[in-house]
Amino acid sequence: MKSLRFAIRSLVRDLRAGELTVLLFAMIIAVTSMTAVGFFTDRVGRAMQAQAAETLAADLLIRSPVEIGDTYLQAGAAAGMRTAATAEFPTVAIAPGGRSLSIVTAATEGYPLRGTVLIADKMFGDSYAADGVPEPGTAWAEAGVMARLDVDLGDTIKLGSAEFRLTKVLEFRPDQGMGFMSLAPAIIVNAADVAAMDVIRPGSRVTHKQLFAGTPEQTAAFRAAWQDRLQPEERISSIEDASEQIASAIERAKRFLTLASLVTVILAAVATAMASRRYALRHLDTVALLKSMGASQAFIQQTMLAQLALIVLSTAAIGTALGFAGQTVLAELSARLTPFTLPEPSMQAALLGLVTAATVAIGFALPQLLQLRTTPPLRVLRHDLAPPQLSTGLLYGVAIAALVTMIWSIVQELKLLLYIVGGMAAMSLVAVGAGWVLVRAFTRFRGAGGVAWRYGLANISRRGRESVVQVVAFGLGIMVLLLLTVVRNDVLRDWERSLPENTPNYFLLNIEPGDWDDIARLFQQELGAVPEFLPLIRGRITAINGTSINDYEFPSQQAENFVRREANLTWTPTLADSNKMVAGEWWPEGYEGALQISIEDQFARNMGVGIGDTLEFSVGGEIVTAPIVSTRRIAWDSLQPNFYIVFSPGDVRQLPQTYLSSLYIADEKSAVLRTLLQRYPGITVFDLQVILTQVRSIIDRASMAVQYVFLFTLLAGVVVLLAAVQVTRDERRFESAILHTLGARRSQILKGIAAEFIALGGLAGFLASLGASAIGYLLARFVFDLAFAIDPLLWITGLLSGALIVGITGTLATRKAVNEPPVRVLRNA
Amino acid sequence: MSDEIVLSATGLGKQVSSPEGTLTILENINLQVSSGEVVALVGPSGAGKTTLLALLAGLDHPTSGSVELCGSRLEELDEDGRAQVRGRDVGFVFQSFHLVPSLTALENVMLPLELAEADNAAQRAREALESVGLGSRTGHYPRQLSGGEKQRVAIARAFVSNPAVLFADEPTGNLDTASGDRVSELLFNLNKQSGTTLILVTHDKELAARCDRVLELEAGRMLNRS
Ligand SMILES: Nc1ncnc2c1ncn2[C@@H]1O[C@H](COP(=O)(O)OP(=O)(O)OP(=O)(O)O)[C@@H](O)[C@H]1O
Ligand SMILES: [Mg+2]
Repeated sequence: MKSLRFAIRSLVRDLRAGELTVLLFAMIIAVTSMTAVGFFTDRVGRAMQAQAAETLAADLLIRSPVEIGDTYLQAGAAAGMRTAATAEFPTVAIAPGGRSLSIVTAATEGYPLRGTVLIADKMFGDSYAADGVPEPGTAWAEAGVMARLDVDLGDTIKLGSAEFRLTKVLEFRPDQGMGFMSLAPAIIVNAADVAAMDVIRPGSRVTHKQLFAGTPEQTAAFRAAWQDRLQPEERISSIEDASEQIASAIERAKRFLTLASLVTVILAAVATAMASRRYALRHLDTVALLKSMGASQAFIQQTMLAQLALIVLSTAAIGTALGFAGQTVLAELSARLTPFTLPEPSMQAALLGLVTAATVAIGFALPQLLQLRTTPPLRVLRHDLAPPQLSTGLLYGVAIAALVTMIWSIVQELKLLLYIVGGMAAMSLVAVGAGWVLVRAFTRFRGAGGVAWRYGLANISRRGRESVVQVVAFGLGIMVLLLLTVVRNDVLRDWERSLPENTPNYFLLNIEPGDWDDIARLFQQELGAVPEFLPLIRGRITAINGTSINDYEFPSQQAENFVRREANLTWTPTLADSNKMVAGEWWPEGYEGALQISIEDQFARNMGVGIGDTLEFSVGGEIVTAPIVSTRRIAWDSLQPNFYIVFSPGDVRQLPQTYLSSLYIADEKSAVLRTLLQRYPGITVFDLQVILTQVRSIIDRASMAVQYVFLFTLLAGVVVLLAAVQVTRDERRFESAILHTLGARRSQILKGIAAEFIALGGLAGFLASLGASAIGYLLARFVFDLAFAIDPLLWITGLLSGALIVGITGTLATRKAVNEPPVRVLRNA
Repeated sequence: MSDEIVLSATGLGKQVSSPEGTLTILENINLQVSSGEVVALVGPSGAGKTTLLALLAGLDHPTSGSVELCGSRLEELDEDGRAQVRGRDVGFVFQSFHLVPSLTALENVMLPLELAEADNAAQRAREALESVGLGSRTGHYPRQLSGGEKQRVAIARAFVSNPAVLFADEPTGNLDTASGDRVSELLFNLNKQSGTTLILVTHDKELAARCDRVLELEAGRMLNRS
């Protein structure tokens, strides 16, 4: 108790005297950087979880291509869950003014169980949440259908044999999906009208769904009770399945950003260690004095612990508050990366702030502060007595243990931990080595300038160790920022290069194969060119090497999930540019023989199949089998339609399929699209320009978000600089006093100091540019497969920003030492 | 002046081991100091004065012999036990002042009171500063004070907790004659007022002459036994 009160009092006094400024600053930056990322990733993560439930429109659903029966619905209702059912099928909507292929969802009351259907009272009017489903005999249709049919609300359309009055414009269904295939415009009707429509016949493409929602316990219990008793064609899925992929993507992004901010934490920790060392050194006398006045070792220890605890709590609080403010910037930057609004930040990240502060404090400040307690009281009489030195092994051991613990808590994977720790160790060795060489080599130029220059460089070489630390810390901060611009440019360049000349700006979907010749003629006539087409076959893998997939052991969950869904398949005579052969042979030109398969390499591995294995498919009720003859790798970012599984040309033409195509249509020629849509209303046209700009802006924003995180790293570099300046302040004060008395003018001394820091900053910038170029080269060479060019702008930016930032902050921080009147300094020496 | 013995040493010796073998710094020191007495400890540089002071105040432990300070046998106590005795009964004035640079004059004087959890710390510290003539400098930091002023703050700090015994190691050693005189004047005056026992190490013959008793050390031995 006594020590706590004393601890608070002396903490306040130390604060006021500026003894703790750098220490606090360093810890606050560490916490801010960690929590900003923590808050942000937590928000995105939760938003995506919620989104996952909405895309199912339920917590759990059972789907089947045939009617399901009432057993499950009754069981769900009996278990206290909410239920609903839908049937989804494509059909042609007909009105006097036109026809349009559309996806009809026939829903029972209660749909959707999760998320909301948005509707509007007029085309492009304000949307609002629908209350229930359409009344029998009425329909809600998307504006796309209405435009093509040339109808308005109140008009009647025909679906199959039934007529429907349009009552609302459909704006959004939670389970509308985002894939290409869900792009046909949608209509919602009441489930009671399905029979009257008379469009669902054996063999027609329909998905029956039964939806269930309840507490997580109810959902889990329901799933456990039924998932092994389903009919073969029935599939059960719940939020976990849907969000698994999302969760792993989020997890990866989170790890990356957290590791990025770990660089900041490490630099801040270095500054913390430097500041604590100075604090301990400066408090040796005070502790000895307290002991001579009767303070016990235990008292000193408790005081130190209490003070550090207070520092941890306050820096965690301040840093977390700043992090909270900081994450709004991240959220703002990423606003267009995520298609939904973020939930309010949860306080979980605050815990992360506390953990960060505690780890930095325990690992980097505590050992040095605790050591103070062993200061002998005799030091009040014999000034040269210092406490027994802590072994360097112990000091570094504790620090490294703290770091490793922290990295472990982020990655939680031994292999990754080893990679990261190893990488960091190697990187620090290289950086420190390079820094040392730079400092040594550079200070040889001492004779090259005036007095100030010589004095500055002399300072750098005299404080060799501190100089290296500063150069490395600061260099690292600048390097990560530079590197990011390099990588961002590489990514964009790589992606743009993968787009062919005249990159297609339109996708055409749902083309009937029989219409293709006419369509080709139309394009030939209007555009002077015929685009390539790509067949699209919807099918399901049913057996592998004769073993039914129900009995097949999948090596990966991902592959199993894929196989259990209806997949997009195609056939083509030629290998697409965005594909690279891995093994086997592509079928020869003009091949029309027995059906063969080319499969994506990674996908094949996930499935546990390879060349020579046979796959069996069910396509629209027909069974086809074919051997795998080659494996490919796909550049997915090429914006070309790509397929895991490709068939060879031949009999495959007989299977039910549609064509899709992509083509470039100049703005002034876009009238051809209207003609196309009038003649073939079933075709869906998809504007790629929108996506192109979106991808660019996503890359821009993502890299801005990361850059923002690295801005903290730069700030941490500044703190290391301040810590180093602080360590040498007394020495500098004394030196400049002596220089003063020797007749040096203030401006001369200041120039010397400025020269020192500008040189240090220049070196840091040089190191940063060197590092960024080297890593940029490796990335360009081995990851992006791009030609590497030395970017003079990078070097200029690195050198200039280093010299400027370090020069200015360093000089400002040291200025006070120079300004002090020499008499006072010398008298107090 | 009562005859109660507050400080006594018997057969006190201190040896340190050095590369050239064992070095004897103090040998067989015996002394007794009564309550309220003012004792000067003199001798040439290196004679062992500071070492003896450290042993008497329990800042260091002897190789042989024993010290009894205010009823406690120091060699029987551990470091914390000796600290407790110091906190209760001992004050110090050092040659190099030892003010805490981050604390104001007032806070420096308050320090021993705060450690002892005493009431009215600020009030008592202010009075102590006034008694050394620095009542107007309470908010000043050590770096804003001259050497003599710093030493007066240190004296105020030493007296504020009413110690039974005050140890001073060359309190004027770092000061010019004028401020040195002022400091020693204060020391003697306050001592007289409070009746504290004072052990004063000094090179200053005049200062020594003003003490009740002078003990002279040479090469680790007590010369005269008065
Ligand atoms: N820990 C130690 N190790 C080795 N020698 C020591 C140690 N402490 C003191 N000495 C030596 O013991 C002798 C006495 O030292 P001490 O400081 O007590 O002398 P002093 O009388 O106070 O001298 P001064 O008047 O210069 O302050 C000196 O020769 C000193 O070097
Ligand atoms: Mg001495």
